[in-house]
Amino acid sequence: MLEPFLLRALLFGLGLAIVAAPLGCFVVWRRMAYYGEAIAQAALIGVALALALSFDVTAGVLIVTLAVSGLLLLLGRQQAVPFDSLLGLIAHAALAVGVIAASLASGRQPDLLGFLFGDILAISNADLWWLLVGGAVAMAALTAIWRPLLSLSVHADIAAAEGTGTDGVRLVFVAVLALVVAIAIKIVGALLTIAFLIMPAAAARPLARTPEQMAIIAGVYGMLAVAAGLFLSVAWDTPAGPSIVLVLAALFTLSIVPSVLRR
Amino acid sequence: MQGREGLDWPLQPPASLLLRDRAGRDHAVPHGDGPHGEGPHDDAAHAPDRAVSPPAPAAAALIGARGLTLTRRGRPILTGVDIDIAPGEIVTVIGPNGAGKTMLVRALLGLERLDRGEVRRREPLVIGYAPQRFDIDHAIPLTVARFVSLGRPAAPRPKIEAVLADVGAAPLIDRQLSELSGGELQRVVLARALIRSPDLLVLDEPARAVDYAGEAELYTLIGRLRTERGFGVLLVSHDLHVVMAQSDRVICLNRHVCCSGVPHSVAQHPEYARLFGPQAADAFGVYQHKHDHSHDLTGAPCPADNRQSGVGSRQSGMVAAGATADARLPTADGG
Repeated sequence: MLEPFLLRALLFGLGLAIVAAPLGCFVVWRRMAYYGEAIAQAALIGVALALALSFDVTAGVLIVTLAVSGLLLLLGRQQAVPFDSLLGLIAHAALAVGVIAASLASGRQPDLLGFLFGDILAISNADLWWLLVGGAVAMAALTAIWRPLLSLSVHADIAAAEGTGTDGVRLVFVAVLALVVAIAIKIVGALLTIAFLIMPAAAARPLARTPEQMAIIAGVYGMLAVAAGLFLSVAWDTPAGPSIVLVLAALFTLSIVPSVLRR
Repeated sequence: MQGREGLDWPLQPPASLLLRDRAGRDHAVPHGDGPHGEGPHDDAAHAPDRAVSPPAPAAAALIGARGLTLTRRGRPILTGVDIDIAPGEIVTVIGPNGAGKTMLVRALLGLERLDRGEVRRREPLVIGYAPQRFDIDHAIPLTVARFVSLGRPAAPRPKIEAVLADVGAAPLIDRQLSELSGGELQRVVLARALIRSPDLLVLDEPARAVDYAGEAELYTLIGRLRTERGFGVLLVSHDLHVVMAQSDRVICLNRHVCCSGVPHSVAQHPEYARLFGPQAADAFGVYQHKHDHSHDLTGAPCPADNRQSGVGSRQSGMVAAGATADARLPTADGG
């Protein structure tokens, strides 16, 4: 029978894969991979904050991911620096601050590695609650804005002109992304969270003919990768996050073979 | 790979919020560069006070603007532009490249920050918008049918079939959007705007990706649909001849309104000749007097009888002059 910690990790991972799938599709469609990367790396500051002040890590991370999202919205209005450069700058500045702060706060390096790359041992019952409640909120919000967000992603100006896509929709999406990133940090780590979001979606793209199909296929791939990755992790004592991402990378590679051969 | 982010992400400049109006409320847009103090108004409270600002656009207009002024990077893009589009009216904006035609459309739609002036809409107002550029996003899997009802509840298939048939794109219904050619995409984008049953159709260079004969056919189609459904049309083109035949009013734009009026009067206007050269007016004169016959699908002449074919005839005069003998009706799969 499964060890309790492994069962928790499996439940957590499978649940997260379901939530991450539709969200990851939008990250791919809206070209926000690098944006998500910046948010996720900044999450490390939240980890350090939570460790230093000894409160719930996910809550600490959520505060920071939301704050950085807000900061990026403001910075996005300036034209002096290209937005992707800005994202790279913030991602790495946040990573530097986060790593330094987390190592000062915890005093022990192994903790830090867990937060960078994920740690199945770290999944607690509290994390499962976070996933259950946060995941339900994320799914509900995403369902509510699905149609306008999709039309916004296909063509922002048409959506704006016809009144179907508003800034409110964007804000909800960014908040949902911050929430799911905060939850995902635990199992896949700050450095691999975005991979967990975009890789299932990217692997699902060649098979999908509708946006919803893509989200569903991504969910299946994500769950497969969680199960296989955790198995690898237990069998060879590899870190959880990289093991899951490795499986996803393999799935993606398989998925694009037909379209590469066709050319 | 990151290049697209600037397009719709992150949030658009705040002033664009002012015009965006999901519920279709009446909203004057305040201007000046200052921070957007005024958000969208309250629905219920707002309906009666339509004529708050003195130079209000005509009450009957679907959408109108007064003194529209846009400046970008210190350079004037539009200066004091007045425009109104009435229900059932086709207003065509023409002008040379860089005249600010697209910016005018975008300002009317609430996509651009105004420096001065005001835009007003009749309420409620359903807009169907076909922008100048539509770059297909290969990352998003979408069938044509799905795209046509994008942003609204999925339309019943017969309705989608009907609207695609209207624009000559019926065979495309189950294709992936990413497989379409430029001309096909243009028709599908038009179908998407039409299926909303718009009060106002806004078409920015709708014929950009179709050939000359296809262009004439496209404008004839727009004219016919306008007659059937009674929506107003705001059309932008740099092509003078074909477009004008369908227009009730032409606005000749070059950062300001050079001249405007019924097509014939605009063509005679010295400003028009100055902008486009005397030969433009000549060409226009030619087609004005070509409405005694039409061409059928094979290109053979036939008498003009009703409004549609009359309109078509004026165009086909130009088509015959400008295109090869083959003036067949282009279809989406044939073109």
